[in-house]
Amino acid sequence: MTLHTFHPGGIHIPDFKLSASAPIVDLAPVASLVLPLGQSIGSPSRAVVAVGQDVAAGQIIAEPSSRISAALHSPVFGVVKSVGSVDGPWGYPEQAVVISVGDAQPEQGGLADMEGDMPGQIRACARPYIEKVRDAGLVGMGGATFPTHVKLDVPPGKVDTLVINAVECEPYLTCDHALMLSAPAAIVYGVRLAMAIVGASKAVIGIEDNKPDAIKALSVHSGDCDDVEVIALRSRYPQGGEKQLIHATLRREVPVGGLPSDVGVVVMNVATIYALYEALVLGQPLTRRIVTVTGPEVPRPANYRVPLGYPVRELLRLSGVELGAGDKVVFGGPMMGRAVTNVDVPVTKGLSGILVLPASVAGRASVDPCVRCAKCVEVCPMGLEPYLISTLSRLGQVDEAVGDGGMMSCIECGSCSYVCPSSRPLLDYIRYGKGVVRSRKKR
Amino acid sequence: MQQILSISGSPHIHSPRSTDRIMWMVIIALMPALACSLYCFGLGAAIVTAGSVLVCLVTEYVISRYMLGRRTPVFSVSAVLTGLLLAFNLPSNLPLWIVAIGGVVAIGVGKMAFGGLGCNIFNPALVGRVFLLLSFPAQMTSWPLPGADRMSYVDVSTGATLLSSLKTGDVVQMDLMREALGFTGGSLGEVGAVALLIGATWLLVTRVITWHVPVAILSTVTLFALAIGSDVAVELLGGGLLLGAFFMATDYVTSPMTHRGMMIYGVMIGVITVVIRHWGAYPEGVSFAILIMNGVTPLINRYVRPRKFGERRRAYGC
Amino acid sequence: MNSILISVIILGSVGALAALALYAVSRRFAVSEDPRIVEVEDILPGANCGACGFNGCHDFAVKCVDRGGVDGMNCPGAGSDGMKRIAAVFGAESVDVVRNVAVLRCAGICESRHAAAIYHGPLSCAIVSAVSSGTESCAYGCLGCGDCIGACRFGAIKLNSDTRLPEIDENLCTGCGVCVGNCPRKLLQLRPYGPKGRRVWVSCSSLASGAVARRNCSAACVGCGKCARTCPFGAIVVEHNLAVIDAAKCRLCRKCVAVCPTGAIHTANFPVISPSSQSDSSHTASLL
Repeated sequence: MTLHTFHPGGIHIPDFKLSASAPIVDLAPVASLVLPLGQSIGSPSRAVVAVGQDVAAGQIIAEPSSRISAALHSPVFGVVKSVGSVDGPWGYPEQAVVISVGDAQPEQGGLADMEGDMPGQIRACARPYIEKVRDAGLVGMGGATFPTHVKLDVPPGKVDTLVINAVECEPYLTCDHALMLSAPAAIVYGVRLAMAIVGASKAVIGIEDNKPDAIKALSVHSGDCDDVEVIALRSRYPQGGEKQLIHATLRREVPVGGLPSDVGVVVMNVATIYALYEALVLGQPLTRRIVTVTGPEVPRPANYRVPLGYPVRELLRLSGVELGAGDKVVFGGPMMGRAVTNVDVPVTKGLSGILVLPASVAGRASVDPCVRCAKCVEVCPMGLEPYLISTLSRLGQVDEAVGDGGMMSCIECGSCSYVCPSSRPLLDYIRYGKGVVRSRKKR
Repeated sequence: MQQILSISGSPHIHSPRSTDRIMWMVIIALMPALACSLYCFGLGAAIVTAGSVLVCLVTEYVISRYMLGRRTPVFSVSAVLTGLLLAFNLPSNLPLWIVAIGGVVAIGVGKMAFGGLGCNIFNPALVGRVFLLLSFPAQMTSWPLPGADRMSYVDVSTGATLLSSLKTGDVVQMDLMREALGFTGGSLGEVGAVALLIGATWLLVTRVITWHVPVAILSTVTLFALAIGSDVAVELLGGGLLLGAFFMATDYVTSPMTHRGMMIYGVMIGVITVVIRHWGAYPEGVSFAILIMNGVTPLINRYVRPRKFGERRRAYGC
Repeated sequence: MNSILISVIILGSVGALAALALYAVSRRFAVSEDPRIVEVEDILPGANCGACGFNGCHDFAVKCVDRGGVDGMNCPGAGSDGMKRIAAVFGAESVDVVRNVAVLRCAGICESRHAAAIYHGPLSCAIVSAVSSGTESCAYGCLGCGDCIGACRFGAIKLNSDTRLPEIDENLCTGCGVCVGNCPRKLLQLRPYGPKGRRVWVSCSSLASGAVARRNCSAACVGCGKCARTCPFGAIVVEHNLAVIDAAKCRLCRKCVAVCPTGAIHTANFPVISPSSQSDSSHTASLL
């Protein structure tokens, strides 16, 4: 059987899933948790607690400040220690609420009630459930952190299919894989809820064939009905890209500059689906997530389930990481994640993994002249010519890069930079050009 | 104390395949053919190959270091590859001083004059070869007989090749086995079709080159030869077609960037090759065909673009 | 002999015909351009910097001719001398315009800041600042990759290899402001050149609270407000932990320079009167 995948472009990258067999380790909160207010795309949320105030577990501590913004909740019972500026992972200051964790934590977790016909009730009237999602502070947990309630709020009849992103195409990361193995029933139920909210008649769950156990687990639980289909996909980066995943699973092509809803699709990450299940069925807001700690020389690669605000340095310590000068710590996967300058920062909603690269591989090879090998054109999943738009952008000819080169459809997957035999910083310059265009638009 | 960490933009991992590594792979892929020509032509092949590689290395270093003032390593893999390919396009009895001129022209005019690696429009080795062909037509077209006397160099006995007999209209006495194994006259790399194919297959399997250019060239030549009633086997195995199709036309720098562009490029090379072979003044047309299409490549790149994802589908796919 | 004659005749007649055709075409399609446009353009620096607000020097010259004078026009690159000459083309007097120069509002040399990260990748301030806060400790300071140097069309900005900061040559700077837009940190600012070139500015852009700013850079403005309280003319205000000197109100008394605890207030072109003015930026010293 030939497995589906997307076209054009794409590249097979060795997956290095070191923590694939590691079970989820649940961690209790440490003495104090730091909760940055900007945990979603859009505007940062507005703090609604004062210093010294007692907060309960699951209590809202910051509310959305605009349409594209997400609520934030305290993961624990405790006291607000401070509200103010802290050092962010990239050296820029950011606003955060710091909570000292109380001594006696109440028991967490309600009983799941999957017997009632919640999908049916949602189909009758979705609005209150979208509001529930908003109040639970859900954001896309694959890394993009787009507020979920905005994504779910689609005009009726516009969407026919829900696509679940469970491909986890980034090398090293295994948090979604671990989640699928631990809670397949909840995920399939969550998919039904999300289908009901967006009014889709069908859902497909795309999983890459390097996770056969997850494919099996989800197939078992979705087996009795044909409205939820698990599709095994040939491992290929960047299959987790929204447009690539839609093409791989449904053969539909999102038009240039368009959204998935233009082809009747909403795409959601599998971890977001699980959070949706927790929010709607268990009534728990988003206050914890699974984080993969991994890297080629990490002694104990693992998947941790931690409360938001948990210190990253503590996670590194638990995995036995001792950072040396010149090492690189990446938040997210190796292809699209961001290297950080500061590890004294907390876990946030969008942090899927912490990748530690030793100093020996942290640098970049010397840049050679472009030999026009066309590998970048071959792998670009958006059908662009990275060598061309990167050069145009470097030379400041941004208009041509956008008009002729289609630079704004670049999804910044990094395939071109990965494959370039001359180690040219293609994506760096494309990203720079996109920044120039965005700042011009703002003006 | 906070450790000072490394930062950079994504991606944070990189494919192990570097430009130098790719060029080494091409050099390795040429080794079976080199072994074959060493067997056929003996000492002459060794002298021409070594001389060509050495001249290319020295020329590259001197120009890069002293004329362009670049800080440059003494050893350049791309110069070795150019030297090797140039040698493959020369007869094994060519005097060393002509080989040296070829090397200097290939690197100096073909490559460094345009700004060095990646900037050249024409395949440097072919520039060198064609320069020699035009300047020293007698020496460049008297091919030694393979296996005749392996220990002699310049004073080796010469003979006609398959292709020259094609044009003169002689009855082609063709033994496919002999041709495939390289026992007919020709330039260094034009003998030993099997050896060339072994290297080419390896490059295709490891995806150093894609199938588009060679398949387009070979199938065009086949169809064209059938159409004009020429002998297909002679067209394919004779002369430098295999070497050209797999190793020269697929040169990254001078071939188009898209698969569709590569197909157009390959088809045109095939057509021009057969036209020159049958109606041109020279017995062999592959070098000229590739050079002509090298010149057209920027135009192909300008007009044959990949289909952007999500763009309205045109009649042709991607 | 005959063949030479024939070829001369043929070539000669072809040449004559071509000349006739060219002449006819050039007369038929001639575009008359006001000669003053060329005159004005010759005076302009020709850098097409856009500081005048038009699409390059030619456009500026065309607009001058359209308006028949230089009223409301200013080319910072040509300076007041150049503007006077342009005005003379139209037989008019030029209005004096304020001469601006760019100043760098960061004094974070290597000794005052500490390393925060090792950067791998293309050296461009815009790219570095998108990746993280840079290789130095301050999230507001100069990144040292020289985007401004590349942007300057007059070669007025050079990187000082000791301080790793760009330095502006006030004699070459025309105040066109292109560098201002090219600094991702907005560290460059246009300020009036000042009488005899004397000017006072705060050489820091940190909006961090005093403690953080001081921790990250010993030369930072910590927003203590001493300067604002000292200034007899009310020219200094502290906003978001950063002192800002209003050039319009500043009378160049330099009382603020003396009280600044971190030496963040820089001056240019003042005569040396006391050892305490060693906080002057290095290029000032070289000019004196």
